[in-house]
Amino acid sequence: MILFDRVSKVYPDDSVALENISFHIEPKEFVSIVGPSGAGKTTLLKLLLAEEIPTEGRVLFNDTDVHQLDKKEINSFRRNVGMVFQDFRLLPNKTVYENIAFTMEASGRSDEDIEQDVPHVLELVDLLPKIWNFPHELSGGEKQRVAIARALVNEPDIIIADEPTGNLDPVNTYDVVQILKKINDLGTTVILTTHNKGIIDSLGRRVIAMEKGRIVRDDKSGKYFNN
Amino acid sequence: MLTNRKLFWTKIKRIVKSGFFNFWRNSTVSLASVLVMMVTLMAIGFISFAGAILDTSLAALRDKIDVNVTFVTSATEGEVLEIKSTLETLPEVLLVTYVSREESLTAFKERHKNDQSILAALDELGENPLGAVLNVKARNPSQYASVAAFLKGDGALSEKGVTVIDRINYFENKAVIDRLSNIIDSADRLGFALTILLVVISMLIAFNTIRLTIYIARDEIAVMRLVGASMAYIQGPFVVVGIIYGVVAGLVTLVVFLPLTYWLGSATSGFFEGFNIFSYYIRHILEMSAIVLFCGVVIGSLSSLLAIRKYLKI
Repeated sequence: MILFDRVSKVYPDDSVALENISFHIEPKEFVSIVGPSGAGKTTLLKLLLAEEIPTEGRVLFNDTDVHQLDKKEINSFRRNVGMVFQDFRLLPNKTVYENIAFTMEASGRSDEDIEQDVPHVLELVDLLPKIWNFPHELSGGEKQRVAIARALVNEPDIIIADEPTGNLDPVNTYDVVQILKKINDLGTTVILTTHNKGIIDSLGRRVIAMEKGRIVRDDKSGKYFNN
Repeated sequence: MLTNRKLFWTKIKRIVKSGFFNFWRNSTVSLASVLVMMVTLMAIGFISFAGAILDTSLAALRDKIDVNVTFVTSATEGEVLEIKSTLETLPEVLLVTYVSREESLTAFKERHKNDQSILAALDELGENPLGAVLNVKARNPSQYASVAAFLKGDGALSEKGVTVIDRINYFENKAVIDRLSNIIDSADRLGFALTILLVVISMLIAFNTIRLTIYIARDEIAVMRLVGASMAYIQGPFVVVGIIYGVVAGLVTLVVFLPLTYWLGSATSGFFEGFNIFSYYIRHILEMSAIVLFCGVVIGSLSSLLAIRKYLKI
């Protein structure tokens, strides 16, 4: 489904973010990417979303090179990818309902679809009572659940969660991970980047460990460290 | 999924709705932008007023320029009227007024009715010493020279080859008329240059303010890009907000002009040759509304459009 084929990324100031990265992710997989800050996790995700162009190599999504897509195709490709960020990135002037509806509007869904699906997806993340609240009226955990609902509502092939628990307390972290797990169980591919050893150990799924722009370990057993 | 046509209208509806929501929910930012935009629109409005004041004053000044042709006392009324009709055929000439010898005398007596010595001297003389006068008005101050030249030349001679014209005051007033023409010309030019300069400055200020409001929303724009919204769909609501800024600022400006021009009205009519800014405003309210609202909408939408381009490159 996703293939990184000998990908390198060198920024204009000659700093090497990624060096000769190759890996493959199957449909319905749950993959965690771990590593210290500056290891290249975020650059990897940016390359996947076609926000950055690789210096060398190709990134394939369902056999299509995402960097050969034109602007319009990139937009529809991104609608197929649900993104969840550490800093939530909700639209501050829109209610919970509108934040999720916006994603559906952008992909040209009808008003009837939106009215039906938004409450449904909010129910999934257990946030229906807050549907008319604005983001600043929500706690961190609630914001992240809205972000997950937003990522989910277009029924994407894949959900990318970039440090989704970085700003959350342990209880909310646990909730968010459980939701991601549930999404994966329902058949959506999930890519998760994290620092949190506890999460990785509790998941017991595939772990790709990165360091200084290289993959140092790709472990199906799901342990943060090699013991 | 919707059909293309229906999708288009649904998108327009969503963009407009979202624009109104953004305007309302960012009320502080909106208020600031509307106020800045109002300053711009007021500047544009006042420039229109200034243009009208200048035009009216210039027209009044031009009206005061004329050429008086005084005839010798022996010239007959027929000769004078003949020259009058010749003059009227000239394309430069707007109006020729005939003042007969008797009318000249009556006007002269009226003017000097408190000066007994002059009246006495006039009585002593016995006959009317004043010649008939043709008062000539040209369409344009610069054309007086050619009218005067015509009168001096062959065209104005009587059949016998003897001129009946005593004097033409143009040549006495020439220096003054020339200077006035120059002043009028440069006032026109200066006014135009100032207009352009002021409009450009105030537009830049409004543009920067709107750019700032979009700069505040740059993270939001980035998120919209990441969830796959198209360029037009992101840009749309911002342009709608820009248009709302323009319309609201325009309407408020037009209302504020009412008491403002009323207050300035008596002052301007005293100073500028009877030009009352308030009655001018009322007479031209439709025209002024069109100018102010059009400028507001254009500045608002264009600023949004240009500013947001910067943040859509993701």
